[in-house]
Amino acid sequence: MPSLPNLTADLGAVWLTFRLATVTTVLLLLIGTPIAWWLARTRSWWKGPVGAVVALPIVLPPTVIGFYLLLLMGPDGAVGRFTAWAGIGLLPFTFWGLVVASVFYSMPFVVQPIQNAFEAIGERPLEAAATLRAAPLDAFFSVALPLAKPGFLTATILGFAHTVGEFGVVLMIGGNIPDKTRVVSVQIYDHVEALEYAQAHWLAGGMVVFSFLVLLALYTLTGRKAR
Amino acid sequence: MSIAAQFKLAWPGFSLDVDLDLPGRGVTVLFGQSGCGKTTLLRCIAGLERGAGRLAVNGETWQDAGVFLPTHRRRLGYVFQDARLFAHLDVARNLDYARRRAASGNSRGDAAIVELLGLGPLLERLPERLSGGEQQRVAIARALLSAPRLLLLDEPLAALDHARKQEILPYLERLRDELDIPVIYVSHAADEVARLADHLVVMDGGRAVAQGPLAETLARIDLPIRLGEDAGAVFAAVVAERDAEWHLARVEFDGGELWVRDSGVAVGRQVRVRILARDVSLANSRHDDVSIMNLLPATVLAHAAEDHPSAILVQLRVGGTKLLARLTRRSAQRLDLAPGREVWVQIKAVALIG
Repeated sequence: MPSLPNLTADLGAVWLTFRLATVTTVLLLLIGTPIAWWLARTRSWWKGPVGAVVALPIVLPPTVIGFYLLLLMGPDGAVGRFTAWAGIGLLPFTFWGLVVASVFYSMPFVVQPIQNAFEAIGERPLEAAATLRAAPLDAFFSVALPLAKPGFLTATILGFAHTVGEFGVVLMIGGNIPDKTRVVSVQIYDHVEALEYAQAHWLAGGMVVFSFLVLLALYTLTGRKAR
Repeated sequence: MSIAAQFKLAWPGFSLDVDLDLPGRGVTVLFGQSGCGKTTLLRCIAGLERGAGRLAVNGETWQDAGVFLPTHRRRLGYVFQDARLFAHLDVARNLDYARRRAASGNSRGDAAIVELLGLGPLLERLPERLSGGEQQRVAIARALLSAPRLLLLDEPLAALDHARKQEILPYLERLRDELDIPVIYVSHAADEVARLADHLVVMDGGRAVAQGPLAETLARIDLPIRLGEDAGAVFAAVVAERDAEWHLARVEFDGGELWVRDSGVAVGRQVRVRILARDVSLANSRHDDVSIMNLLPATVLAHAAEDHPSAILVQLRVGGTKLLARLTRRSAQRLDLAPGREVWVQIKAVALIG
């Protein structure tokens, strides 16, 4: 069994990871929904480029994303200058730096399921709503959102789980500061580096169980919808 | 009281160019083959497509140069071919959706609309648990509950089989008789036209090629589209007598009387009579030694070619009513059916509709 100080460190990492994933998922649902709506309905030339940028994290190594975000948010980066000027300070090696990075990193896993759901709904129910005197915003909330519920469920689960599982980006942006940026995946890495395999097992096994449960929930819930 | 609609629209391979003045009450049917532009015209009227032009509905401008009311600000009801009920709401909530957004209350009560379309037993069900006919009835009620000033129906029966059609048609007939708002109904089925229309617009290739009151327009023989087996006359008549022994009814119309199968309609009630051109034959003198019951004197007005070179369509006047007869060209020549000729029409079948 791990000794007490280590257990506290582990629990701190778990709690930090949970907070990071929750904040990121909420932000992503707020930011990602309008992007998904636009991508699902636009006929603009920009659809291709924007869709590709959103999907980039799927193919790029996390270290690449982390590297560029680090430069961008650092003292000489555009975002860094802005945050310094606005009195927020610099984001790298802070919790909010991790949040910003995670929002980019997990974006496709939230935007794409919602976009697919909106595309599947199509114009037809919205036209019907318009003929029933529902203004566009009203139709969005009263028809499009409820009909896209399975997509939102998938997006929430995937966005949360993907943020919990990130490692490379965190290491580049956040480093390894206990209770500030040391999430579970980094903590496992530390344990292994220190040859504390028993402690690593607790956390790693926990991650396996967590990931399995998340995917099980996803497949059961969406499978039920598809019946 | 009228609907003035003028639209121009050009897409690759299709153009719409219409200028219509439709009556501000009663049922106007936009009739034509698939691809003639009737649904596109209906969508322009609803503001779902944006064509150049202008639209005024009973004095209210919905579209003009620099004016385009979005669909949700037009007081209309729209029944789509595919019902389009909201899948996440049960029937009662689908109806509530319309009711809550209605600009004002309905002249007829909400409960009366639910009653009129027989929806009482369906209120708790989700759309996926309804038959096609039931979905369409809910869609019609939902459109009416939004308190429209114009009701648009886009082939509401096209996706239904024959039995479901027969289930909905009586509801539509009740609507026609009880609604006090204009209805524009898109259809490619001649039997729906005959049963429901007061006014007919015939469309072909994105243009309105004929329009007018139903009886007049259907009796025209110069229409650029051929109705084929569906060619025939429709006119109003009144039930004058019911014969219990033979189960027949006598109906009177402007031009004489007809014996028809007694369908239970009370004496004094107005009915629609449809006589298909293929069920009418002509004779130069009156023959009483035939099985045909309905013999009427008529005058030949004109004739026109049919699709097949052997056939000819003859337009006749019986009193104040126009009839059509389809004959072979050989018979027409043998009887010497020039315009103005007095003949006897022998009517093999008369249908009471609506």
